Amino acid sequence: MSVATQTTDVTPATAAGELVGQIRVAVPERGLQHDLRAVGIVWRRELIRFRTDRLRAITSLIQPVLFLFVLGNGLGALAGRNLPAGISFMTFIYPGVLAMSVLFTAIFSAASIVWDREFGFLREILVAPVSRAAIVIGKCLGGATIATFQGIIFLILAGFAHVPYNPILIVTLIGELLLLSFTLTAFGVMMAARIKQFQAFMALTQMLVMPLFFLSGALYPLNGLPAWLGVLTRIDPLTYIVGPMRHAVFSHLTMPAVFEQHLAPAITWVGWAVPLGLSLSMVAIMGLGMMAIAIAEFSKTE
Amino acid sequence: MALVTHTSTNAGGAVAPDRATAPAHEPVISVSGLTKQYGEVQAVRGIDFEVARGETFGFLGPNGAGKTTTIKILCTLANATAGVARVAGHDARTERDSVRRNIGLVFQDTTLDTYLTAEQNLRFHAELYGVPKAAVGPRMRQVMDMVGLWDRKDSLVSTYSGGMQRRLEIARGLLHAPHVLFLDEPTVGLDPQTRSSIWAYINDLKRREDITIFLTTHYMDEAEHCDRIAIIDHGKIVAIDTPEALKASVGKDRVQIHTADDPAAIAALADTFGLEAAMHEGAVTFSVASGEQFVPRLFAEFSVPIRSVSVSRPSLDDVFMSYTGSTIRDAEASSTDAMRQMAQRFRAGRR
Repeated sequence: MSVATQTTDVTPATAAGELVGQIRVAVPERGLQHDLRAVGIVWRRELIRFRTDRLRAITSLIQPVLFLFVLGNGLGALAGRNLPAGISFMTFIYPGVLAMSVLFTAIFSAASIVWDREFGFLREILVAPVSRAAIVIGKCLGGATIATFQGIIFLILAGFAHVPYNPILIVTLIGELLLLSFTLTAFGVMMAARIKQFQAFMALTQMLVMPLFFLSGALYPLNGLPAWLGVLTRIDPLTYIVGPMRHAVFSHLTMPAVFEQHLAPAITWVGWAVPLGLSLSMVAIMGLGMMAIAIAEFSKTE
Repeated sequence: MALVTHTSTNAGGAVAPDRATAPAHEPVISVSGLTKQYGEVQAVRGIDFEVARGETFGFLGPNGAGKTTTIKILCTLANATAGVARVAGHDARTERDSVRRNIGLVFQDTTLDTYLTAEQNLRFHAELYGVPKAAVGPRMRQVMDMVGLWDRKDSLVSTYSGGMQRRLEIARGLLHAPHVLFLDEPTVGLDPQTRSSIWAYINDLKRREDITIFLTTHYMDEAEHCDRIAIIDHGKIVAIDTPEALKASVGKDRVQIHTADDPAAIAALADTFGLEAAMHEGAVTFSVASGEQFVPRLFAEFSVPIRSVSVSRPSLDDVFMSYTGSTIRDAEASSTDAMRQMAQRFRAGRR
């Protein structure tokens, strides 16, 4: 086989005769294995992009770091009075801010679909002989993975908030971050199926994501709220992941039971405490549902 | 490397061995009664044509004539409102995946991921198209060699020039050894030198791979590279034949004159010589059987002062004009200035 040395735009690098061996390629019929390869490569592209875009990883950290250290210390002077000894306000908001640390990355990963559409790459994906489901699944898993990485970076800072580096706690939190990231990416991908302009996508998702974050109880306990706020927090899907995350953190802190019940109360529906399993399942089902909608949307043909 | 076979005997370069889906006698592309309606607008109005295996088939027409819509239907990116399109032996509507496996695409606008390297772009494509794992490496090298980019494989695509990006796209389109390669305006937006180099690669490719090429262009000179061309205007095919046959069918020389008073000149041409003239590209334009013999008569008998004369042999431009009544540039000027400006802004924006 010949080796091309030309890189200019002007001359074909090899003449026809030089190429001796021809490579025979027969693309097989579509099958599960092919679809899995497609899921794999779409997932891998997300990882490559994340790895090469270090700036994004760093800038995505700024917001949660501000919330944890600046807001945490600032408000801590005020709110800390009601906390037991050894528990700071930073510790209290840590699980909520950890959830926040993946928000931006997950949504931004989905936003790249809109970006890819504007810049043409989406077309390369959409004309491939693979099921659209494989592409959407790969995208959701890819977004979930990189957002979880982002969360893990923030998880390293746990010690500053006096959250112990307990292996079980860390594994639990990573699992919950993965679930949260997946559902958020699925939400973003579903939106990206319909919204064709990057600006509109970012504006709309920001508009939705910030209220979701604030209503999730990430920064305050869910009990003793005004009735209207109590209702809104229970409608917010993020509540059902922030709750279990805070529960995980608080179950690894030592404090009187009264405080634990006060600071990390169970989510209640008219007095009935929602079990952790149900809470997490709801988030998972929501993620899968939104992914299914995204698949249906992307499967349409003009 | 069990799946890779080197066939040194076949210098012509049959890359994809599985031609069972498209026997030699059957056309690789056949279209009948194809119609596409977008709301009120009928973009394609019932077209029929066939493309034989190994042919380079050019689809010519001004922007907005229905070229891109047709290509989208053939590539399974859009469904026809009516009619049937078969590509590589499969129905573009009902056997979408089979069609997709057998076609390669190079679009007008780049569809590369500029944040990935060239190799990563090709690998992405190979995985998405299910190219057998053992064949990916050698085939990738082969197609990148073909367009002279192998030693730049590890560069980010964002560092590539426009011409290199287009070449990489052609290489990528060939990676899965398609039966048909669709090139939608493969040279649009490139400088003349790069345009001709792209054509050198395409011609080279025709020699090496057993492939049918379907391309659209609105550059008339590029249509000369095609075995056959179809001229599409307002959603209909107005002529279809070899470039030579089409030029012969026009049979007349084109004369363009610049005068002091164009409307008077048009009137005088009708009165004095019985010729029908019209304004095209800023000049009074008409056709005569023999240009050289007519020009002396023109100077002798014409009343309106003439500033300059040009006589041209029939070109594909004239073919286009004789079938559509306007030059391709006239046809575009009105409808697409805004579009082109938009495209330019768009392209400038992504630099």
